[in-house]
Amino acid sequence: MNVLLLSRLQFAAATLFHFLFVPLTLGLSILIAIMETKYVTTGDEDYKRMARFWGKLFLINFAIGIVTGITLEFQFGTNWSRYSKYVGDVFGSLLAIEASVAFFLESTFVAVWAFGWNRLSRKAHAATIWIVAIASNVSATWILIANAWMQNPVGYVIRNGRAELTDFFAVVTQKFAVLEVVHTASACYIISGFLVMGISAFHILRKQNTELFVKSFRIAVVFALIFSIVEVIQGHVHGTEVAEKQPTKLAAMEAHWETSAAAPIHLLAVPDEKNERNSLEFARIPGALSIIAFHSPDAIVKGLKDFPKDERPPVALTFISFRLMVGLGFLFVLLTVVGWLKRSKLDSSPVFLRIALYSIPLPFIAGQAGWVVAEVGRQPWIVYGLMRTGDAVSPIASSQVMVSLIALTVLYTLLGVANIYLLFTHARKGPVDATADTHKREE
Amino acid sequence: MLETIWFVLWGILWAVYFMLDGFDLGLGTLMPALAKNESDKQVVYGAIGPFWDGNEVWLLTAGGVTFAAFPGTYAVMFSALYSALMLILFALIVRGVALEFRNNADSVAWKKVWDVCMVFGSVLPAILFGVAFANIFQGIPIDAEGIYRGTLLTLLNAYGLLGGVFFLALFLEHGAIWLAVKSDGDLQKRAGSAARTIWPVLLVGAVVFLVVTWFRTGLYDNYLKNPVLFVIPAVAVASLLTTRVFIAKAAWWRAWFASSLVIVSATLFGVVGLFPVLLPSSLDSAYSMTIHNSASSPLTLKIMLGVALTFIPVVILYQGWVYNLFKGKATGKGTAFGDLY
Ligand code: HDD
Ligand code: HEM
Ligand code: HEM
Repeated sequence: MNVLLLSRLQFAAATLFHFLFVPLTLGLSILIAIMETKYVTTGDEDYKRMARFWGKLFLINFAIGIVTGITLEFQFGTNWSRYSKYVGDVFGSLLAIEASVAFFLESTFVAVWAFGWNRLSRKAHAATIWIVAIASNVSATWILIANAWMQNPVGYVIRNGRAELTDFFAVVTQKFAVLEVVHTASACYIISGFLVMGISAFHILRKQNTELFVKSFRIAVVFALIFSIVEVIQGHVHGTEVAEKQPTKLAAMEAHWETSAAAPIHLLAVPDEKNERNSLEFARIPGALSIIAFHSPDAIVKGLKDFPKDERPPVALTFISFRLMVGLGFLFVLLTVVGWLKRSKLDSSPVFLRIALYSIPLPFIAGQAGWVVAEVGRQPWIVYGLMRTGDAVSPIASSQVMVSLIALTVLYTLLGVANIYLLFTHARKGPVDATADTHKREE
Repeated sequence: MLETIWFVLWGILWAVYFMLDGFDLGLGTLMPALAKNESDKQVVYGAIGPFWDGNEVWLLTAGGVTFAAFPGTYAVMFSALYSALMLILFALIVRGVALEFRNNADSVAWKKVWDVCMVFGSVLPAILFGVAFANIFQGIPIDAEGIYRGTLLTLLNAYGLLGGVFFLALFLEHGAIWLAVKSDGDLQKRAGSAARTIWPVLLVGAVVFLVVTWFRTGLYDNYLKNPVLFVIPAVAVASLLTTRVFIAKAAWWRAWFASSLVIVSATLFGVVGLFPVLLPSSLDSAYSMTIHNSASSPLTLKIMLGVALTFIPVVILYQGWVYNLFKGKATGKGTAFGDLY
């Protein structure tokens, strides 16, 4: 196997794994901040126990988010050195800003939050989790701006044999970046909302700490409902931007081979890349693609056949992942609407509670699928239209990458198992009882 | 000019990183020698718990700044040192997870596993950073295209290993002193006596390193051209001696500050000697990565400078506040959940 393939596998494994933990950092921190704020404003001890219970899950998860992030930051230099050299002028600064502006804040204050229950006033303590929440979301914003630049490079010139920054403001505020930030952040909030809903449902079913978990559920369901709706509507806008900026990706997302006006959408199809067609197509909606992508039934949508073969992304994977994400996206709206309607009679809805419990993995899957659409659909470009992934890889021995890939896979698998084990045991255990964890200095 | 400023900042970031993570890497390594029972271990973890992640971000920033300010160097350095960096990375991963996971389950076996990860994950980066920097000081075989013409073993030459041992000793001393700051009773006594035992080793290591550096690297050229600069290694040696004085007086905080100064000045000694090179090539100095052939465009450097000068001082302020908040002795409530239990 060559360095390119190995490096791609390693990058994909490392990022997808990172994105299993990141969403909870982004979303749970906000939910916990809301809970603790309620505690401060109402004085209701239940909210404190809640914040502490979800806080444990948050911290378990946070640890893996951090250590997997470090891998990613190193990898641009180790595995994509030609890329780093070529676009570092633009891209490197975004990463460095992320670290100095956001990582410092979140990693410093998360410790203050965890260790500071007895050292800070209630208000100051609640402020620290808000700082963590805001800083994590700011850090995500910067990395997504960086990623958006790879999807749609702007604000640069090619000079001195590399891409040099000419307009920082354009890079930071471009539409693609805004869309990506909103879309990914919403995805993370959905993921977190579903986790809290699911675990709460588990405890309500078991009739343990029912009151506390009903409260948790209600906070989470509103959160998840809002962002599920945002996600579907905004996802559509996102799609139109892709149609405009990355026509090959759009064609792959829809397995659309022939350039045509009034292009249809197939809810399902089996793309056959060798013969440049779909071997099976189901549920054809005529004209839908033209309408969705360009807001006009007569709009012409360019098909894959009209792009050179070496500029097409893998079609089947992109297509399937897109279907999966969008299908789940609609399902989440449905589930959260039902959850919201049932919010005041939860203990009499065991079926729904069970569904909520088993839905925990679904938003994770949607998020992973989303990244596959965005990243695989962008191939063969590492920076769309500017640099090919094949030209980006480091000039290193494949044996090195082979070893690191194997080691990384083994290590991540073990960490994943340990993490799930801990999450399970602590989620099951529920909150510690109120007397066991009183504030010492507060009264 | 901008490039020079960035070179200086780059050196400072590494120095601060070694100063901060140095004590927790060193203490993680010393744990089995110093902590006799579970409650000792809790204190050791408690002395690291609130700080390590904030410390490690200095590494991310040093790496990020290398990428942003000197992308050419970042590309060559990180790919050339591929295996060494991956090793450091894996070590830091298991260590970070150990810190967060160890106390989250009651089983003794579970704790043992993470203790091993903690030690392994601390000692390996301590040594490897030393090996990496020593090799950077003496140059590594990179060709005109920036392609590395060596193997992992190339890095494990005598001077590289000496660097590794020297860094390890620096961090061990720093970590022992930190534990003395954070503990009391018997544990503090053991930490103090470890600091006294390591100190002569460190002194010899420092002298040998300074001498061998003369023969193996070009670091002294800048100093000979501009003798004022000798003040930097002089500070390193002076603060090393001062450290010992404070140790003798059991003035642990002061000893820790002195030992911090040792690490900072030792790092700066190397960095200043390198200037204006970031990564010398041992094949031909024309292939070296310098601030001239690998820097970002002036616009990027300016924007980054604005960001750094705004945010780094703020970071220093709030990290200082956190160190102050947790300045007391470490309690038995070691890792991760802190007060959540
Ligand atoms: C949408 C969000 C998102 C995305 C796409 C990424 N990250 Fe991430 N990252 C986070 C959101 C995040 C976070 C939520 O902010 C984390 C999780 C845990 C934490 O401490 O911060 C984090 C942690 C984290 C850390 C550790 C910070 C610390 O020690 O505190 C590093 C070095 C990175 N990330 C780097 C990357 C790189 C190089 C990425 C791209 C390839 C990347 N992340 C994708
Ligand atoms: C956590 C979110 C992310 C996920 C899950 C993700 C996922 C992926 C996947 C699956 C690939 C492999 C595509 C292929 O088959 O080649 C890929 C490629 C890539 N992505 Fe992302 N990505 C994420 C975020 C980012 C970000 C934020 C950046 C940049 C800052 C980025 C940079 C890259 C690069 C450099 C490649 C090229 C290497 C390759 O082809 O594997 N990714 N990513
Ligand atoms: C009907 C609903 C949805 C639509 C129409 C939609 C649309 C899209 C589109 C067009 C992209 C590709 C953007 C690009 O290539 O840069 C994308 C990416 C993505 N989607 Fe969705 N999406 C929907 C629901 C969801 C849901 C429910 C999740 C997760 C919970 C999700 C997570 C993601 C992620 C993480 C990405 C990659 C990051 C990005 O490019 O923003 N999406 N989505």
